[in-house]
Amino acid sequence: MAQEEVQRLLEQEEDTQKGRFLIFTMGNEMYGIEIRFVTEIIGIQTITEVPELPQYIRGIINLRGKIIPVMDVRLKFKKPFMEYNDRTCIIVVDINEVSIGLIVDRVLEVLSIPEGNIVSPPELNRGLGNRYIKGIGKAGNAVKLLLDCEKLIAEGELENLNTVL
Amino acid sequence: MDNGFSNQTILDTFIYETAQNIEQLEEIILTSEKASCFAPDAVNEIFRIMHTIKGSSAMMRYSNIASISHATEDLFYYIREERPENMDCSLLSDLILECVDFIKLELEKVKNEDILDGEPSNLIEKIRSFLISIKKERNCSVISEMKEQTLHKGQYTLSRKDTETGELKAYEAVIYFEEGCEMENIRAYTIIYNLKKISEDCFCFPEDITEDNGSVNIIQKQGFKIIFKCGKSMREMYDFLNSFAFIRDLELTEASGCQFPGQICMSEGKAPEEAFVKMSGLQASDHAVHGSESKGSHQSIISVDVQKLDKLMDLMGEMVISEAMVTQNPELEGMSLSSFYKAARQLRKITSEMQDMVMSIRMVPLSATFHKMQRIVRDMGRSLDKEVELMLIGEETEVDKNIIEHISDPLMHLVRNAVDHGIESYESRISNGKSKAGKVALEAKNAGSDVLVIVKDDGKGLNKEKILQKAKEHGLLSKPENEMTDREIFNLIFLPGFSTNDKVTEFSGRGVGMDVVVKNLEAVGGSVSIESEEGAGTVTTMKIPLTLAIIDGMNIRVGNAKYTLPTTSIQETFQPKSRNIVEAPGRNEMIMVRGECYPILRLHKMYSVKTDITDFEKGIMLMVEQDGKCMCLFADELLGQQQVVVKALPSYIKDTRNIKGLAGCTLLGDGSISLILNIGGLLNIKI
Repeated sequence: MAQEEVQRLLEQEEDTQKGRFLIFTMGNEMYGIEIRFVTEIIGIQTITEVPELPQYIRGIINLRGKIIPVMDVRLKFKKPFMEYNDRTCIIVVDINEVSIGLIVDRVLEVLSIPEGNIVSPPELNRGLGNRYIKGIGKAGNAVKLLLDCEKLIAEGELENLNTVL
Repeated sequence: MDNGFSNQTILDTFIYETAQNIEQLEEIILTSEKASCFAPDAVNEIFRIMHTIKGSSAMMRYSNIASISHATEDLFYYIREERPENMDCSLLSDLILECVDFIKLELEKVKNEDILDGEPSNLIEKIRSFLISIKKERNCSVISEMKEQTLHKGQYTLSRKDTETGELKAYEAVIYFEEGCEMENIRAYTIIYNLKKISEDCFCFPEDITEDNGSVNIIQKQGFKIIFKCGKSMREMYDFLNSFAFIRDLELTEASGCQFPGQICMSEGKAPEEAFVKMSGLQASDHAVHGSESKGSHQSIISVDVQKLDKLMDLMGEMVISEAMVTQNPELEGMSLSSFYKAARQLRKITSEMQDMVMSIRMVPLSATFHKMQRIVRDMGRSLDKEVELMLIGEETEVDKNIIEHISDPLMHLVRNAVDHGIESYESRISNGKSKAGKVALEAKNAGSDVLVIVKDDGKGLNKEKILQKAKEHGLLSKPENEMTDREIFNLIFLPGFSTNDKVTEFSGRGVGMDVVVKNLEAVGGSVSIESEEGAGTVTTMKIPLTLAIIDGMNIRVGNAKYTLPTTSIQETFQPKSRNIVEAPGRNEMIMVRGECYPILRLHKMYSVKTDITDFEKGIMLMVEQDGKCMCLFADELLGQQQVVVKALPSYIKDTRNIKGLAGCTLLGDGSISLILNIGGLLNIKI
């Protein structure tokens, strides 16, 4: 019985988070990630480089005694590197129990996008980075590219496989 | 596992206790087998263990475990009471070990929350027939009695024959459980369940023990009342009821009149005030202690969840870091604060003492792991028809709990290899003038901050030619064979895909073996080496760190990056002179130190770190050593020595890339991260 209660509460919590996205920018585009993945947002920190890693993994940071890797989403999407400034943010996300920090240009807001306003990305455009886009959300006049967090993380393992082969 | 049984703490306790009991049981059997007789003490002990397992598994409703332990208990009850001579000891050991394996397997299922589907009836049948056979041998005239016993299994049925007076007597019992023992209703149910087996007309109050949740309260407040009829004496019933766990108080009265001689007068009343036999809580718990710890170790020991210890260890690590953050705070530089430094020294002393204490809590002697090997050696010796003697030396050596878990598999591999490949058959041993029984020695000892675990056998040793040939076939040779030292040749067998044994046996020889040993040990920062003399035996040495979590580290800087390496592996540090540098063809740089030549590894090159210091004379050289191999690391400067807490790299990074030469990372006093170098890994990159 207690379990049912917990389940119900969990669902309720999920409900309040459903359809809510954290919006951030990189260059001119606006991106969104589901709020349920986000643990916290911190300013840019000293990053310790770790050798032999792909360029987009900048290294590791010390988050109150916990050591987490940080990924530059710009580099991951093959965009030019931009010097970090006081607007640069690290979004700490927790995806399937993997904590990772995402470096983005700046964080804007939390936005509710109803499911009806989300369309799947066009099939034709198979550009780089498109495979990380889960959908395109419309809010007002602007469109937001909604990221598929799981794919963003799983990629690392794929590349690892390739190096083995 | 239905209704309220999914209580995790109870389950944990059950698993822990049963596992311990099983281990103990295995040990007793193995010693008894060696002595080829079951001493009365051993029989009692086995009986007790089986009884405990039976009781607890019945309470958890694992009926297959309960029934098999019940059958074994019966068997040992008979042995205890009748002391049959000329029992077949090895047959008995085999039988009991089979039961042990069965229970182990089921216990594994309990741990994984699988359904317990093991079918014990075969084994029980075997035990029964063994029991019958020893009874037959002993006395043919008791056949009738035996039949009765096999019909109503159970020790209490057995004892009936001594005391049965032919008529049933009614008793009333009121049972009070110890406060805080929890699940009173389940415990009460267990009593009723067992009582029903030996008595008739069993009534209890409250009636709905398991269904009605309110029953717990009633049992707690008013006790648990049972009225039953049984053919046994008061004393027996008292002992029977008192044998259940967590009973604080027991009042037993005879409900109706009967003829009892002697000290016990009869009573008509049912009121508990008129109880004949009443035991204070103190006495009862004394009794329980004696029952469960017959060996009489009165040390007060508590068992603690390992997770809590891990947490404590983590906190300790954080504390070491924050201590460094305070005492080595950059803002303190240049200030004269004598009382602050005095207090800081005090703090450091206490932290390091506390750290030692926390470490020592996690230390576990290797003896349990070593004793497991006895079973393996015995089983293998049997099936391979070899006589093998296992010697244990230094089993009291203590190692961190985490590390023990990592070395038990490698150790098993090495022991199997020693028995299977090392020890020769009877004939060849005798023809080589060796003793008939092969010897395998398992030794553990401390060496600095490491523990050495040595597996030694006096078997045929390793055949160099065979190893070289095999290595050639698999293309594993990295240099011409006439240039290889014995040590290098022997270490070939640790490469993946190497197995010298031509035929695959039940135990080893599939070519996956030694490399797994290496991998397992590397996971905890250990290493393995092997020495052998053909015809005289093989010695395999595992070197494992005493503890994983906190090491004495030397911090160095290369460009903007900071690295930490274990102080124990640093031989010396020095500023090199350019006249000592030798550049070999192929840009292999080497340095001459006191007439010896060592390879140089430029850290900035290896990890492609930008630095201004590329000239050897401006930087610093660190000579590191592991397993007899030496090399010099070139860094910009030394930052100082500090105790560091080893943290694993985030799993995301480990999944992305396996970085050579990195053991993990740590936090420095200023909160920055330093990467910990794995000397063993670095030394292997070059070769």
